[in-house]
Amino acid sequence: MEQTMIHHDSHYDPEASKIGMWLFIFTELLLFGGLFIIYSVYRFMNPDAFHLAAKELDTTIGAINTIILLVSSMTVAMATSAIQNKNIKLTQILLGITVVLAIVFLVNKYFEWSAKFDHGIFPGSEHLINDMSKGEILFFGLYFVMTGLHALHIIIGMAFIIFVMVFVAKKKVHPERYALLENSGLYWHLVDVIWIFLFPLFYLIT
Amino acid sequence: MSNEKHHIVPYRTYIFVLLALIVLTFISIAITHIELADYTVAGALILASVKTFLVLTFFMHLKFDKPYMRIMVGFVLAVFLAVIIITFLDYYYR
Repeated sequence: MEQTMIHHDSHYDPEASKIGMWLFIFTELLLFGGLFIIYSVYRFMNPDAFHLAAKELDTTIGAINTIILLVSSMTVAMATSAIQNKNIKLTQILLGITVVLAIVFLVNKYFEWSAKFDHGIFPGSEHLINDMSKGEILFFGLYFVMTGLHALHIIIGMAFIIFVMVFVAKKKVHPERYALLENSGLYWHLVDVIWIFLFPLFYLIT
Repeated sequence: MSNEKHHIVPYRTYIFVLLALIVLTFISIAITHIELADYTVAGALILASVKTFLVLTFFMHLKFDKPYMRIMVGFVLAVFLAVIIITFLDYYYR
């Protein structure tokens, strides 16, 4: 009895945690997948309007954000290797870089959206309703919903990683117990994968 | 459980994967600037799929996980692909 009292580690099963995270990622795939299907059907029905509207988007800022997300995905993946190598300091640095890159991404997004707002392009704006075709309204509606939902995922992923950093600092996440860190990485890679598809569909295919 | 040996991915691997991803990004920007009509969309989507494959395999550790994990992810992606194909069969032949 005494033995079991001393042993007070809570149940820990990294493989089950990982499966749980993957199942959650599958539900996210359904969420964004549905939006991607809506996008492709409307694009199929209004090819010219989508072509015209996509020209409004800034490829450079989209490309910069793509690189930022790819690099941040690498740093968070490296953080898992770092904690496995028992290098806590490097783990924290790599997670910190990921958070900073996430903030840079959001700042870029802010400037990008501000530029659109300045041109009178935002959901329900007069310029959109009076001067644009139905297809263009659809394009910008999808653009704001999908990149907005993606930005929300960036914010959640960032909060998740900060949470993990606190846990690493408190030694609740350590080289023997790092499933939480790995799962935050999985979530972050999901956000990256969504952007990998958003970027060509909205910014490149004009 | 804690005695189980985990595969530690070397940092080098991640750097190579990142470089490949960045190169693929620039290729997709380059090909969409040339007018290839219908092939532009196909090309961009194929490159995005290749990038996703790299992220899933290396960054998301599917290469180093047990095979059932890959089967699970593959199955879900196949279902999603089937939904896309069925939707487009509907719209294309209307």
